[in-house]
Amino acid sequence: MSSLGLEYDDGYLIDILRRNRTVAMVGASPNWNRPSYFAMKYLQRKGYRVIPVNPVAAGQVILGETVVPDLASIDVPVDVVDVFRRADAVPAIVDEAIRIKARVVWLQLGVVHLEAAVRATEAGLTVVQDRCMKIEYGRLSGELGWSGVNSGILTSRRRRLLA
Amino acid sequence: MTAPEKSHHYGIETRAVHAGAAPEPVTGARNVPIFQTTSYVFDDADHAASLFNLQTFGYIYTRLGNPTVAALEERVASLEGGRAAVATATGHSAQLLAFFTLLEPGDHFVASRFLYGGSITQFTHTFPRLGWHGTFVDPRNLDEVRAAITPTTKLIFTESLANPGGVVVDLAALAEIAHENGIPLVVDNTLATPYLWRPFEWGADIVIHSMTKFLSGHGTSMGGIVVESGKFDWAASGKFPALTQPDPAYHGLNFYETFGDFGFSMKTRAVGLRDLGPALSPQNAFYILTGIETLPLRMDRHVSNATAVAEHLAEHPAVAWVSYAGLPDSPYAALAARYLPKGAGSVFTFGVKRGYEAGIKVVESVELWSHLANVGDTRSLIIHPASTTHRQLTDEQRDAAGAGNDVIRLSVGIETAADLIADLDQALHQAV
Repeated sequence: MSSLGLEYDDGYLIDILRRNRTVAMVGASPNWNRPSYFAMKYLQRKGYRVIPVNPVAAGQVILGETVVPDLASIDVPVDVVDVFRRADAVPAIVDEAIRIKARVVWLQLGVVHLEAAVRATEAGLTVVQDRCMKIEYGRLSGELGWSGVNSGILTSRRRRLLA
Repeated sequence: MTAPEKSHHYGIETRAVHAGAAPEPVTGARNVPIFQTTSYVFDDADHAASLFNLQTFGYIYTRLGNPTVAALEERVASLEGGRAAVATATGHSAQLLAFFTLLEPGDHFVASRFLYGGSITQFTHTFPRLGWHGTFVDPRNLDEVRAAITPTTKLIFTESLANPGGVVVDLAALAEIAHENGIPLVVDNTLATPYLWRPFEWGADIVIHSMTKFLSGHGTSMGGIVVESGKFDWAASGKFPALTQPDPAYHGLNFYETFGDFGFSMKTRAVGLRDLGPALSPQNAFYILTGIETLPLRMDRHVSNATAVAEHLAEHPAVAWVSYAGLPDSPYAALAARYLPKGAGSVFTFGVKRGYEAGIKVVESVELWSHLANVGDTRSLIIHPASTTHRQLTDEQRDAAGAGNDVIRLSVGIETAADLIADLDQALHQAV
């Protein structure tokens, strides 16, 4: 798992998770033991609409959603393009994300592409790299601490940072 | 409520009190409740299935996880600067689980010979019965460490500040050797605690504690913990299939791929803790959490008292030698200055003139020091390791560990220093 040590402030990530609802998951897998399936299931439970995007599995149904072959096939506005693909697939996905006017490009664990990230940012999109949406939601909401993970969050407030 | 704009990095004193704990959402309870429960209800069948499959975070059964224990796990991970932690019933079982996640039957490990006697016994007699074989090396001899590594070696194990004589191990040097070979450095940081020394800052990959000792600090509760740095690349060497290949115990789940930098901890919990079962009780976790709140204060006092006692013994006519890294003429003074700027802990050894018989007389004559098997209590403790904690070892192993027949080990507590010194003086007077 390579990491450039990219750091994001908690506030930056909380804004993204709070302000967006529709997630297009590029590289979603119908295999229930794959990381993308875990993330899709978890995000659905947290109230996000997750639309699976995968040309190989197009037409199949994953967790109640029909898989579409590409971002252009989605007929509703997309907030977050969540990428479970290798880094070399990222530039083309970013092009599509810009074309469909998505708000966020989120590259999952181990996925980093600095040039494409810069292009997305210059087009007005918010970018996250090398993070898992499920893990960050879990960390910022306090749930990750249930598994003994260091969330880095100290608070004396009764309510969690994410509702 | 607004989200913080920038993540603030809190000091260790703040995190000792707060990390891992937030007011309980339903009641607003400020301190961590003791969730004295074995089980937890599910929202529905789908929620239950998601929990069992690790697809969502939550609690199923206290053997696997418990909210009071989770608060403690996050606190210790925070203090060590680690990514995640798994708490266990004892330090011994923390070692068992760490090895269980990393070694297959037939695998090999390299271990420092400067270890607590119980670790030496566990490694020498019990781990081989599980198919894990170790080679003990002198951690000060880096060539010897390198030469001991084989293609099936899966980790290097050492104590940072070592039992019983306070040997200071050069962690950065050992980390380099471990990483040259694609294996992790596992460090038992019990005697130092993260307040005095944070091994992850020097290249360690896994840290283990007997929380029974200084973390709990009050001699009330058994507990252990395994902490991971989150920085070791488990996939790079191909040596850790348990973490990087589909796991048959979880329907082919790949733990490192799915959970990333806390994959080691998820595996240790979901398979090791689940199937071997050495869970920490919520009650003990609560006591240990409470003790940790004062860790910084207590360690400062432990160090100042130990320094006063060691300096006094170094001048004492009945004392042959003192092994405390906090003394200026210690062979470990340079390493202590580098790794332990806040002090060299409070566990050290000394030798009484007239050897074994005098040693026995000393431990039997103290009135304030407690003669028992433990370290890291508010109370000052004294013991003769050769006849107790290191008893099961051979004479050679004992000498190699620094626990020869004339050795007395002290764990200096937080009482008034003058009282501790006076009591040792009267005991030494009777012995010599």
